Order: sequence, then C-alpha cells, then structure tokens
Amino acid sequence: MIIVYVETDASGATEMSREAITFARDLSAAGGGVPIDALVVGELPDGLATQLGEYGVRHVHHAVGDAFAAYSGAAWAAALQAARETAGSVVVTASGTPRGMEILAHVAARLGVPMAANVISFGGLSPFVVTRQVLGGSVREEMRLDQRPAVFTVAGHAVEAGPADQPAAAELVEFKPEVAEADLVARVVSREAPPPDLSGALKSAKVVVGAGRGAGGPSGFDGVTELAELLGGTVGVSRVVTGAGWRPHHEQIGQTGSRISPELYVACGISGAIQHWAGCASAKTILAINTDAEAPMVTKAHYAVIGDMHEIVPAINEELRRRRG
Amino acid sequence: MTNVLVCVKRVPDVSGEVALTADGQAVDARQVGFTISDHEACAVELAVRIATDTGGTATVATVGTAEAVEQLRNALAIGCTAATHVVADPTTLGAADVARELAAFAGDHDLVLLGNDAADSGDFQVGIRLAYELGRPVVNGVSTVEVEDGVAVARGEGPDGHETFRVPLPAVVTILEGGVEPRYPSVPGRMKAKKVVIDERELTGEPAGPGRVTFTLPPPVSSDVQVLGEGAAAAPAVVDLFERIGVISK
Ligand SMILES: Cc1cc2nc3c(=O)[nH]c(=O)nc-3n(C[C@H](O)[C@H](O)[C@H](O)COP(=O)(O)OP(=O)(O)OC[C@H]3O[C@@H](n4cnc5c(N)ncnc54)[C@H](O)[C@@H]3O)c2cc1C
Ligand SMILES: Nc1ncnc2c1ncn2[C@@H]1O[C@H](COP(=O)(O)O)[C@@H](O)[C@H]1O
Repeated sequence: MIIVYVETDASGATEMSREAITFARDLSAAGGGVPIDALVVGELPDGLATQLGEYGVRHVHHAVGDAFAAYSGAAWAAALQAARETAGSVVVTASGTPRGMEILAHVAARLGVPMAANVISFGGLSPFVVTRQVLGGSVREEMRLDQRPAVFTVAGHAVEAGPADQPAAAELVEFKPEVAEADLVARVVSREAPPPDLSGALKSAKVVVGAGRGAGGPSGFDGVTELAELLGGTVGVSRVVTGAGWRPHHEQIGQTGSRISPELYVACGISGAIQHWAGCASAKTILAINTDAEAPMVTKAHYAVIGDMHEIVPAINEELRRRRG
Repeated sequence: MTNVLVCVKRVPDVSGEVALTADGQAVDARQVGFTISDHEACAVELAVRIATDTGGTATVATVGTAEAVEQLRNALAIGCTAATHVVADPTTLGAADVARELAAFAGDHDLVLLGNDAADSGDFQVGIRLAYELGRPVVNGVSTVEVEDGVAVARGEGPDGHETFRVPLPAVVTILEGGVEPRYPSVPGRMKAKKVVIDERELTGEPAGPGRVTFTLPPPVSSDVQVLGEGAAAAPAVVDLFERIGVISK
C-alpha cells in the first residue's frame, strides 16, 4: 500500500507529481503490485481521477473542508495522515517540491518516523534502502528506512513520468479530515494573485540561451537576451539567478524549474549542478561558455568555449549580425 | 523585545569534485573549506535584524564538532550576542536527533530560525521536527520574517504566488535564501565575537542515527566535449556550429 501526495494545477497532476506516481509504480511492481492511492487537497482539476487512473492509481482521496481554504503545512499533513490510515499505506511519498518536502516532513515528525528527501532510486525492499541526492547532488546517500510507514520524497526529474501499462479506473473518494486548531495556526493569511505561468515558451523553445551566477547581476543579461533574440530562442537561468531575484522564476531550468529539450542549449556562466542538469540533459546540442574548463557544465557539454561570457557572448552576437549582413 | 535563536550547520564548502572518506560515512573535507548554507546565512541576518528592531537578543546555535566554533564566531561577528554549541559529530546523527538536541534549549527563545535545508545532508526537516518537539507552529521556506506586536510576519513564494503568514510567537520559521543580503563582519565585530563565552553542551541522549548505509559518488561522466576555442576569438567557430546544427540558416 503506497500513498502519494499529488499536487495539481489547472491541467491536472503536475509533471513532478506524475513522476512521483511513476516512481511509486516501480516500487509497487517490485513489491508484487501493491495498490497505489493518491491524496489531493482542495480544488480538484477536471478529469483528475481519469488522469490518475491512467497512471495506475486505485483511489484518489480528495480532502475537503474549511481547513483547506488556505495553505498550512500541518493541515495538509493531517489530511495525508488521515488518508494514509484509511488506505493502510506503509509507504508515504510525494515529489521533492517545496510543498512535498514540507508536508512529508510534517507527517514524518507527527508519526515519529524518519524521512528521506530527494530519493532517486530504491535498492532492496527488506530492508528498504533508498538512494538519495545530498550535497547538491554531487554525492549520493544510501539510506535505510526501517520503520513504517516509510516516508520519502522523489527528486525532481529522477524518473520520467509515464502512464501505466494497465490503467486503473481510479475511484474518487471525498473526505473531510478532522484538523486540530493547532494545525491551522501557521497558515497563509494572504496571497498575491498568482503570476501567470509563463514557462510555456521556455519548455517548447527550439533554442534556449541560459545564464547563471556568471552573469554577475541583473544587468548581466543583455548579451544573452540579445543572443536569444538573434537565434529566435528564449532565455533560461539557474536557481542562483532566480534566488537572487535577477530574473523571474518562470525562466528557471532544472529540478525545481522547467525541463527543456531544445535543439540547442547555450549555457553561459552556469556550473552545471545536478539539479540544473536534470532540467537540460535532454537538449540535443549543449554549448557551455564558462571561465572554468573543469566546470561540470563544460565537461558534460558537447561543445564549449572557455572564457568570460561578457566578452564571448557579445562577440558571437556581433558575428551573427555580421554574417546576416 | 524578541529573543531569537538561529541554528546553523558547519558544512564542507564544495563546488567541484568531492571525495569521500574510506569508510564512506563522510565527505573527505581535508581539501576544502567550511561554511554554512546560504539559507542559514540569511536566517542569521534576519535574526540580527529582528533582535535590533525589537531590542531583543540573537543567539546562534549549532550541533557540530569542536571546529564548528568557527561558524558560531562568524555569526557572533555580525551581531549575534550569545552562542550555544552542542559538541557532537553530526554525521552520526539523524534529523530527529538534531531536532531533539536543539529542542533542549530552543524553548527559551521566542522565535527560532533555521535554514530550509542544510547544504550537506539536505534533509529538509530539522525545523519542522523541532517545532513538533517544542509544540510550536512552524512556517517553512519563507524569504523574510519580521516581528510586529508579538506576531511573526513571514513572506515567501508559494506555488500559487506570493504568500504571507502571520503567526503568534513563540514560533519556528525556516528560511530560504534570497530575501535579505547577509552583512559582512566588521573588524570590531570580529573582536567582540572572540570575547563571547560559548555555552558548550553534550548530547542529551543516545542518538537514533541517520540510517545511512553509505555515501557513494555518482558514476563519472566521460567527457567528450569539443572545445571550440577561448574567449571572443571563438565567436566564428560558434556561429559555424549554429549553422551546422541548423539553428540558423547559412
Ligand atoms: C533541492 C534543490 C533543488 C535545486 N533546483 C535547482 C534548479 O531547478 N535549477 C538550478 O539551476 N539549480 C537548482 N539547484 C541549485 C544547484 O544546486 C546550484 O546551486 C545552481 O544550479 C548553481 O547555479 P549557477 O550554476 O548559476 O552558479 P554557480 O554554481 O555558482 O556557477 C557559476 C558558474 O559560472 C562560471 N562563471 C563565473 N563568472 C563567469 C564569467 N564571467 N563568464 C563565464 N563563466 C563564469 C563559474 O566558473 C561557474 O561554473 C537546486 C538545489 C537543491 C538543493
Ligand atoms: N547540526 C546542526 N546544527 C544546527 N542546526 C542544524 C543542524 N542540522 C540542521 N540544522 C538546521 O536545520 C536546517 C535544515 O536542515 P536539514 O533538515 O538537515 O536539511 C538547517 O538549515 C539548519 O538551520
């Protein structure tokens, strides 16, 4: 019995939640086909049960009630805990998004069991051993989860999301979990209108010009923006860039950003950390521009130019304009 | 007057190649320096601001080896005025162990700040576990926090936009980098930090441990990168490549 906390957007289950279900399905298969349940809290996108059925989910537990009018990690955890009890799940999982991490950490703390964050694969079932990313992905840790339920999150893009060979007819079960007053203390009191999801252009772009910390600051993107325009492409960035507020989050590539698969990805001043690589590995051609010839982005790329992006990118733009005449 | 506790972890400062110790139980950090995560650096900055704004205190705490005193002194140098050091090797502890150790003294503070996740173990949970140990509410992964009339006002980015939380103290808040710019220590700040007597403690109980079997390194990727050149002189070769792969017409 496995239960997956599923995050949704207008289109249904998010890609990362579908990855977590796909991971759960592999685990289920290894365990002789134990059923997979899902928990969804709050608004239910159209067709969600059908979509989750295609992914092999048996029951979709849908938590409703006033407690879920505004987000609080503890209330969401209370819902997951209640659904787990109903389903009798011995495994509780979610994708390694900020919310997934938070809700599962609450559940683990409430149940007094360990939690493994950012799992990429599992080894044996008894004992149950998972492999997870630590130290920014440059090291892996094999960790035993001896207690039940086993609680873990699945690292973004560790597996490819895909429907089940044998779809199930997922049954939608609405329920109203009891939520203690204490679980509602730390809840969102106001929310600014969600920014429109502008990441579509990035995900479908044929050319992406990326920049990371090497851009140096918010004004360091002129060259890459121009190169993207000259190539009819889009700008993408690393988390350092969005974290510092130099560029908006919808431009972020990686484990907690968009996954891209363009014909060409030009990565300027990006070191190529595992979490960034997770989002750009399927680019057909990768050109790295970096001062450090040993940076992982350079060694993993198909092509590289070594040096300062602030000199190289304008020179490329110049050459492109020159050839265009 | 808000008394703030901020929790930091000494971690290896790795950016390139990582080596492991022979037993696979730790990162071999002989060749690298040590630091705290950016999230924690922002948490320290916020702790100092809140203490200053409310006329309260900022205390820094760590569970770490004897060497972790370096990270405590750094936090003292930028405005924390007291430090607690649970002397223990954190590679032998699990997230629940660390939370329990911190809970032994964190209850004396109105507000406890932590990082969203530690840069090495990346467990994403110590703050939440600590909140349950203390029986306090916890806000997770916000980029700023202020105290107004005994209420922590925390702001951050959620999946559906910019979110605000208002939580009555005492509370626990975990911080994501990006909301504030951590200050640098001044020379007088460093001098003052040296004089602070650090409250050293031992583990309060037998740790459950991290459940670790071993650390491993990801399989090396064989590089077949083709270097097109160095500096601006490589521009023609780059544009040739663009033509060859067909992203621009010849
Ligand atoms: C759970 C988790 C999720 C994450 N999700 C993501 C994610 O979705 N996306 C993501 O990108 N990261 C993510 N990260 C962060 C990731 O680990 C790295 O910290 C981040 O990708 C590094 O960004 P960077 O390459 O811009 O910066 P750095 O690692 O600092 O690299 C900067 C690079 O620029 C080069 N450089 C410096 N100056 C110049 C110059 N003038 N010209 C050319 N090159 C220069 C340097 O040699 C270096 O290689 C995540 C981390 C965690 C723990
Ligand atoms: N050994 C430690 N000593 C002090 N604080 C810690 C320790 N380990 C974790 N923390 C705090 O808890 C946060 C989350 O850590 P983690 O759950 O391990 O990812 C960190 O950013 C620190 O603020």
